[in-house]
Amino acid sequence: MASTSDRLLVNSQLEHLQARYVGTGHPDLHRYDWLSNIQRDTYASLVGHHNMLQYVALCENESVGRTKYKLLNKMFLPCGNPPERED
Amino acid sequence: MEGARRKRNRWDDAGGDAGDPKRDEEGATGKAESAVSDATGMLGGGGMREGSPSQQQQKRKRNRWDDRGLDSDVSQQTALKLKGTVEKKKSEWDSDDENDGEVSVFDDGVAAQATPRGNRWDQTPVAATPKQRSRWDETPQVASGSFPSGAETPLMSGGGGAYLETPLHPESGFGAMPQGPQDPSSLSQESLNALRWEKDIEARNKPWTDEEIDAIIPDGYKIVPPPESYVPITTPWRKLTATPNPAQDGEGDEGVYQMPTSGEGSVGGAGTGLTVPAHMKDLPELKPEDMQFFGSLLRECPEGEELSAEEARDRKIARLLLKVKNGTAQQRKQSLRWLTEKARDFGAGPLFNQILPLLMSPTLEDQERHLLVKVIDRILYKLDELVRPYVHKILVVIEPLLIDEDYYARVEGREIISNLSKAAGLATMIAAMRPDIDNVDEYVRNTTARAFAVCASALGIPTLAPFLKAVCQSKKSWQARHTGIKIVQQISILVGCAVLPHLKALVTIIQPALQDENQKVRTICALALAALAEAAAPYGIESFDSVLKPLWKGVRAHRGKVLAAFLKAIGYIIPLMDAMYANYYTREVMVILIREFATPDEEMKKIVLKVVKQCVSTEGVEPEYIRQEILPPFFQHFWVRRMALDRRNYRQLVDTTVELSQKVGCVDVVEKIADDLKDESEAYRRMVAEAVGTIIENQGVSEIGAGLEERLVDGILFAFQEQTAEDSDVMLKAVGTVVSSLGQRAKPYLPQICGTIKWRLNNKSAKIRQQAADLISQVAPVLRTCEEDQLLSHLGTVLYEYLGEEYPEVLGSILGATKAVVNVIGMDRMTPPIKDLLPRLTPILRNRHEKVQENSIDLVGRIADRGAEYVPAREWMRICFELLEMLKAHKKAIRRATVNTFGYIAKAIGPSDVLATLLNNLKVQDRQNRVCTTVAIAIVAESCAPFTVIPGIMNEYKVPDANVQNGVLKSLSFMFEYIGEMGKDYIYSVVPLLEDALMDRDHVHRQTAASAVGHLALGVPGMGCEDAFVHLLNYVWPNIFETSPHVHNAMMAAVEGIRVAVGPGVILQYCLQGLFHPARKVREQYWRVYNSTYVSSQDALVAFYPRNLGYVDREVGGGEVEREALLTCPELDMMI
Repeated sequence: MASTSDRLLVNSQLEHLQARYVGTGHPDLHRYDWLSNIQRDTYASLVGHHNMLQYVALCENESVGRTKYKLLNKMFLPCGNPPERED
Repeated sequence: MEGARRKRNRWDDAGGDAGDPKRDEEGATGKAESAVSDATGMLGGGGMREGSPSQQQQKRKRNRWDDRGLDSDVSQQTALKLKGTVEKKKSEWDSDDENDGEVSVFDDGVAAQATPRGNRWDQTPVAATPKQRSRWDETPQVASGSFPSGAETPLMSGGGGAYLETPLHPESGFGAMPQGPQDPSSLSQESLNALRWEKDIEARNKPWTDEEIDAIIPDGYKIVPPPESYVPITTPWRKLTATPNPAQDGEGDEGVYQMPTSGEGSVGGAGTGLTVPAHMKDLPELKPEDMQFFGSLLRECPEGEELSAEEARDRKIARLLLKVKNGTAQQRKQSLRWLTEKARDFGAGPLFNQILPLLMSPTLEDQERHLLVKVIDRILYKLDELVRPYVHKILVVIEPLLIDEDYYARVEGREIISNLSKAAGLATMIAAMRPDIDNVDEYVRNTTARAFAVCASALGIPTLAPFLKAVCQSKKSWQARHTGIKIVQQISILVGCAVLPHLKALVTIIQPALQDENQKVRTICALALAALAEAAAPYGIESFDSVLKPLWKGVRAHRGKVLAAFLKAIGYIIPLMDAMYANYYTREVMVILIREFATPDEEMKKIVLKVVKQCVSTEGVEPEYIRQEILPPFFQHFWVRRMALDRRNYRQLVDTTVELSQKVGCVDVVEKIADDLKDESEAYRRMVAEAVGTIIENQGVSEIGAGLEERLVDGILFAFQEQTAEDSDVMLKAVGTVVSSLGQRAKPYLPQICGTIKWRLNNKSAKIRQQAADLISQVAPVLRTCEEDQLLSHLGTVLYEYLGEEYPEVLGSILGATKAVVNVIGMDRMTPPIKDLLPRLTPILRNRHEKVQENSIDLVGRIADRGAEYVPAREWMRICFELLEMLKAHKKAIRRATVNTFGYIAKAIGPSDVLATLLNNLKVQDRQNRVCTTVAIAIVAESCAPFTVIPGIMNEYKVPDANVQNGVLKSLSFMFEYIGEMGKDYIYSVVPLLEDALMDRDHVHRQTAASAVGHLALGVPGMGCEDAFVHLLNYVWPNIFETSPHVHNAMMAAVEGIRVAVGPGVILQYCLQGLFHPARKVREQYWRVYNSTYVSSQDALVAFYPRNLGYVDREVGGGEVEREALLTCPELDMMI
């Protein structure tokens, strides 16, 4: 990462990565954003594995479809409103 | 005389002049002007050499700036006289051909008309004095720091008085040039190089001085007086023709440029550079031709006088540019960075004022051009919209690159224009190029069309579509319409299948032009449709629906060039159609095509052939129809000797014939031409042989009956024996294919074929011997199929006798033939027996010729693989030593074959001896050799089971030599890569070694160890070795902070490998420690590891994500702050 061009390259690579994988992070990522991503991934995984979804539905005594709907809704602002940023 | 038109490259400089009649013509004027150039004594050869400026003009390398019609007055006339012949040579139809660096005359404005167009090079210059020359005649002589007023699009042929202001520079003072002392910067690259050479040679051959002779001859000699009768020759004629010695003549000259007398002051060394003042010692060498651009740097600013801000800035830019252009790699990089970073401070104007003239300089070399293009590229990014006022100027300079003969120049031109359009925006680009669209000069329109096409591909075709539509409907001039259509054509060539989404729009835009009143517009429209169809293939026929009718009507109405263009379009559209339509439309057009079979026009012939090929290859065309309607006239008109003479005709005819035979079967075609294999014209025979060979390669010989088979073999052997030409591959391939496809049916002919081969193996000419040997490699399998083992053994013996061959090319082929024979006959039945053959090969392994090396190592490897037991172990060890030398080979295939052979030999004679040899070889200096040795060790380990090798190499790690230790690590790395899951048994034995290596001070050591860890880990996931890998991870982990890219990559690879072996959870736990570390450097690396882990095992990570990480303090109201956990996922806590 010696020269400018290399640094530009690294940055553009990172941007590219971020564009393809939303959950990836960078050194300036706020804890809140990272935790939101984690949370979303967790819900996505629950929704994506049908057996997990059935398990949760069973626990909540809900239909699978409704549980799925609920989980999907939770993925919006999974950690509540963002904290006020200092900058 | 094509030379008059063709661009010359620098190599024709010396040779081309001798036969050039123009030069002789000017010989007389040369004398008159020698007075002028004598004044410029330093230029060396005097009048005869450099002569008048017009001579220079011819000598100089033609570069893209004087592309067309830029010859001096005399050559222009010659060129016009020869126009007819020249036009025949040139392709008039391929204006779409990207590789065609020259401008096609095809749509050449008025050029094709009967009266030669007055182009401005044969007009008397309009200026006051006869000495006045237009600036295009001269090497562009641009004062540094100001952009030339010739910044308008360079007009290559003037259409009228309106353009006179561009080329003529009455005020610029260049008219005085020829009289004054010649500025070296006006010389071309070649003449300067020639000057340097001459200077160097003369310095070496200068007469000895008395002092020098005294210094080398011992005492006791005396100088003998010349004999009484001696009279020095003084005849004036001899004086005139004596070689002039510019080194002496130029000594006193105080011209702008001086040959330095010694190395002092000249940065670059003797005789090459200028005398450089002390204050610019840190600058790279200044070539004489750089003077006009960088001359200002040489002037020292007087003491006490401050440079103005602008001057200082310009000097700064000039220094940086000079470093970029001539400097070392490091200077270049630094300056490039400076220029990029400071681009906005310098401003667009000052930068381009210096770069663009430099880029137009005719003496620019390819590398320098590349560097300057890079500069422009970088500063364009930085300047962004600031570049707008300079768009036109930049285009003027860059556009000619788009039609350069050099591929890379074209690519660079495209890149700049594409970046320029992104920086400046479409509106600016259109505004800048709009005036050139209906320029009278075809050259300008051509380059403009190409530039627009690049714009379209950079900014998207739809953005340009409205503009294109307007241009193609222009009522003002046909030129505008022509250019508009040409843009469409260029777009489709440039972007290929990416036109598909816009196909309908583009076809609609150009469609009306098919019925344009101007013939050229109709032609280019058809060509553009052809290009679109070619780019869209095999899709998009529905977009062409609307043009089918005019096209098919057009072919009935037109003749000549327009017809050819229409046919071309049809040829590309038919393959897109459904079978039924293709059949119908082919029948429609075939009438015309068959009529045109008889055309005398070469270009038309090529197009007709191409269209026939395209038509018959479509599904709907019936074989019966082809057999009856097409084949008879086709053979009658095309399979004639004359077609073999032109390279492109030849190719096209063979391709079309092969395509026809695909449809109608090979018998119909082969029958027609088989007898021509005995034709008396060799070129024709070769064409027939190539066609027959390709047809049989595609279709086999099952359809060919006994009679035809006999004729065919007879003919092809005749053609093979009778060949005299050097290019032998075609015949070889044809004979090889025919014989191999005959298979068992070839048996009756084999004795005759082998007789021919043996006879030719004995030939005086090396080429023939080589060809014979190559043929053996091709027919050996057939001999086996026909069970001609005796013949094979005989050939083996014959080849063995020829192993003493001197010519390496032939020897390589003989080895290849031997290998083929050994392969088919088997090791045990080979004659001579392997035990005799191999010792004969050992000395040949020492041959350094690539072909010999490759074939001999293949043969030896084969023997080692299959028949090692026939040879004593001692012989194999000897071969091992020879093989070590082979590891130095440049060709990768040879090195690969060599390391594989090590594996075979080790398998045959046991690993210990081979391993000892290889481990010893790790001590050598040459890196490539060491690397190959490590690969060989790894292969030995793979083929003889790792446990035979690992103790040995681990022991070798004790040798206190970095190279050896590194080699050991590398061998381990390769070995684990090759043995995969076998590695699980060896992990615990190598862990201590890897531990040690990962703690070494040398980072290369750690790097190699890390890659070994990576490969080891990738081989054994899920085999219960997690404990060892967590242990190794602890050693690898601190190294992720390495900055050197190779080390860093190796560490990342190791971490990734370990992730596979131990699962992503462990890596995540390591990462969590540092993702929010206070130090940025730590965070950067940890996030990098996290990202790669996340990308590769996103779902698996969910199970390991932490809970209760992070709180947020929110105001509840009334100043109360409540702490709230960010992560709440009740679903994870659910239990039944």
